[in-house]
Amino acid sequence: MFENLSQLALQQYWWILVSLLGSILVFLLFVQGGQTLIYQLGKTAESRNLIINTIGSKWEFTFTTLVTFGGAFFASFPLFYSTSFGGAYWVWIIILFAFIIQAVAYEFRSKPDNFLGKRTFDGFLFVNGLLSTVLLGAAVSTFFTGSHFIIDSDRHSQWTMASRGLEAALNIQNLSLGLTVFFLSRVLASLYFFRTINDEKIIEKVRKQMLYDAVPFVVFFLLFAGMLMLKDGFAVNPSTSEIYMQPFKYFHNLIEMPVVAVLFLCGVVLVLSGIILPLVSYNKYGEKAIWFSGLGTVLTVFSLFLLAGFNNTSYYPSVADLQSSLTIQNSSSSHYTLTAMSYVSLIIPFVLIYIIYVWRIINRKKIEVKDLEGEHVY
Amino acid sequence: MTQLYDASLVDWSRAQFALTAIYHWCFVPLTLGLSFIVAFMESLYVKTGNEEWKRITKFWMTLFGINFAIGVATGIILEFEFGTNWSNYSWFVGDIFGAPLAVEGLMAFFIESTFVAVMFFGWNKVSKKFHLLSTWLTAIGANLSALWILVANSWMQYPVGMHFNPDTARNEMTNFWEVLFSPVAINKFLHTVGSGYVVASVFVLGISAWFILKNREVRFAKLSILVAAVFGTIVSLFIIITGDQSARLMANHQPMKFAAMENLYDGQRKAPLVVFGILRNNNKDDNSKTEFAARIAIPNFLSSMAFLDPNAYVPGIRDLTEGNSELGIISVNEKIEKGKTAIIALKDYNIAKKAKDDNASNAALASLLTNYNYFGYGFLTAAKQAIPPVKLTFYSFRIMVFLGFWFILLFILALIFTLRNRLENKRWFFVAAIVSIPLAYLASQFGWIVTEVGRQPWVIQDLMPAIRAVSNINVGSVKVTFVLFAIIFTVLLIAEIKIMLKQIKIGPKEGGNE
Repeated sequence: MFENLSQLALQQYWWILVSLLGSILVFLLFVQGGQTLIYQLGKTAESRNLIINTIGSKWEFTFTTLVTFGGAFFASFPLFYSTSFGGAYWVWIIILFAFIIQAVAYEFRSKPDNFLGKRTFDGFLFVNGLLSTVLLGAAVSTFFTGSHFIIDSDRHSQWTMASRGLEAALNIQNLSLGLTVFFLSRVLASLYFFRTINDEKIIEKVRKQMLYDAVPFVVFFLLFAGMLMLKDGFAVNPSTSEIYMQPFKYFHNLIEMPVVAVLFLCGVVLVLSGIILPLVSYNKYGEKAIWFSGLGTVLTVFSLFLLAGFNNTSYYPSVADLQSSLTIQNSSSSHYTLTAMSYVSLIIPFVLIYIIYVWRIINRKKIEVKDLEGEHVY
Repeated sequence: MTQLYDASLVDWSRAQFALTAIYHWCFVPLTLGLSFIVAFMESLYVKTGNEEWKRITKFWMTLFGINFAIGVATGIILEFEFGTNWSNYSWFVGDIFGAPLAVEGLMAFFIESTFVAVMFFGWNKVSKKFHLLSTWLTAIGANLSALWILVANSWMQYPVGMHFNPDTARNEMTNFWEVLFSPVAINKFLHTVGSGYVVASVFVLGISAWFILKNREVRFAKLSILVAAVFGTIVSLFIIITGDQSARLMANHQPMKFAAMENLYDGQRKAPLVVFGILRNNNKDDNSKTEFAARIAIPNFLSSMAFLDPNAYVPGIRDLTEGNSELGIISVNEKIEKGKTAIIALKDYNIAKKAKDDNASNAALASLLTNYNYFGYGFLTAAKQAIPPVKLTFYSFRIMVFLGFWFILLFILALIFTLRNRLENKRWFFVAAIVSIPLAYLASQFGWIVTEVGRQPWVIQDLMPAIRAVSNINVGSVKVTFVLFAIIFTVLLIAEIKIMLKQIKIGPKEGGNE
């Protein structure tokens, strides 16, 4: 089946899969967003415990999706893996640090004799929530703004900035996407709390907090999207593989790929619906809003990835040497590997089915303080 | 194609990876084994309906959870360090190496992370049977993760199922099944997860022994000892078989590692196995030769172990570095020449391709393919660079084996005492079991030291030395991240140990609640 596909078709298939994983990851960052809200929403130890345990049962999903996203990128586009991770060293190291402290923080925070104290572990959760969202958003934005690297004929990369990727955070567009993801994750966390927490006082606070986060989210998203549509983009000449700058490239991509445009618009509408509908009628839409905004997030991020990689576009452009820029054609694995991996990808629907099934079981009933007694507690 | 980086960059990058791997492996063995032990215990609960088994299950599950989180945290670093610190490697073999990592994520991590949530949070939310299924799936997911990463590691030790593509300057997969079912991969998986089961069994045994010593939870402890002893005995015996097979595979595919592990400088027929040995400092005239100060050896045993023939010739370090024409072994210097020829041929191939000179590119390609098996040697500058650290490999192997046999004895004794109902008053045995907990971790770590130190200088056997694989980063950055990782891992390890000890002191609770 897959072996009969052309190399380009397999590359596109894998770009779609990587994009899907990336977009699901951004949705799951609601766990991180929730971590930055613990002390804003929880004024007592009891309420903080409730909030943490609500998102705590989901941290492994985010973590695993990140690991799988990395693994899939490595397997399908190894030149990106070697160039970006080896080049933007400090950005990735900081993100990794943020994830080390997250995993243990949940498990250790409420255990007696935990050496660092509960507040330190809660601090770890905040740091993880802040850094991972902002930096992952900024890192994805470099797909559109470019990075500083050169690749030689042996495909060895050389980063040309001593700041090793941290320079990306100084770019307004990168920063705006980073902050978009940060505030989006907090909005999604609030919507998730609507669905899962059974505590009126906390929910009252969440409803207010959601608005405070939704406004900057929309502002930064509009800033990012506006800059994206207006900027010159990194285009590829399909016959010569030469990279060149094309005015309004990403706007053109949107026009020339109507399916992507529809996905993008639907995504944005759904995200906004998830925010607005609970304001209109909380009783009717409060618990369902996470699915509107969640699906909207997946669709929007997915379409952004497609804008970056499809329609003769360089998805990881180099501003140091335009011709070193990565495209899905010049950075992928071989036909054989992509084929073998494509067969493995057929298990994805089964994975999704059991995740959804288990998710529903665990979230069948809203969580309240008394549920924290006698159970595995974070 | 000849750019090599500062040796100190390689050393620091290697140190950082080793640090991460060692810390990661402080937690993973227990996750691998304890997940199954917990699943056995919960199976007994579901089958018998005895609440005591539920209490036992929940206690060990709590310890599993504490350990699981930190294992996951250190694991993510390892995956991404292939990119951050070994980026040239990531391109050179990413076409092959990336696939197992992706499959690991899709096939194993999601099972593990999905069902571990049910395992921890689902006691009152799902049926007994579904909870039990989740516990088993968590164990299977954890062990499947190990399968894929060990397949990837084995491929680095014994690269198969691939060819070199000069147009992309990388190795590309040609046979997925050959990579997955390589004998080295299968054996490494079985041996490594087996070692995890031993660590977990010793862990359960030791902690249960502590309870009996303290005269607390005696019934709980006896039942736990029974499970650990049965599981531990079976897997320890199994480990002997896979360990024996490992030695044979190593002798055939990584003879230099095998010679270093045995400190066999001059090859010989009827080679003896050194059971116990003390090594002198290196010979002043020949750094590659390390003499024995004392040793106890079993005649012919090494030849038998390596080649199933007591008369077989086992090549030594000298044969492998200087060559042995009788055995058809070429010297490292010749290999270096062949490697350099391959590197130059690749360069010529690229120039000829650009110039569209077919004759020249075909000639260069022929030269490249003829010499490609020695490609990595072209980056070495002296024969002695092909010799791994002998002392560390030699001692690590012996410590691992001695401890392995000690654990077998421990499990058998536990089994005998339990079945004869003579566990009480065996204070010496309980103390031995407690002391054995850190020893089990040490044995497991030493096993990895044999594997990884013994294969130096190769990142990919014969094809890529570490000096060629490293990312082009400022060495100062790597030093800083090394220190940061060392601090954070150490702090978290201390936290984990303190939490574990506290939970153990608290002991199992009524009704199994945490």
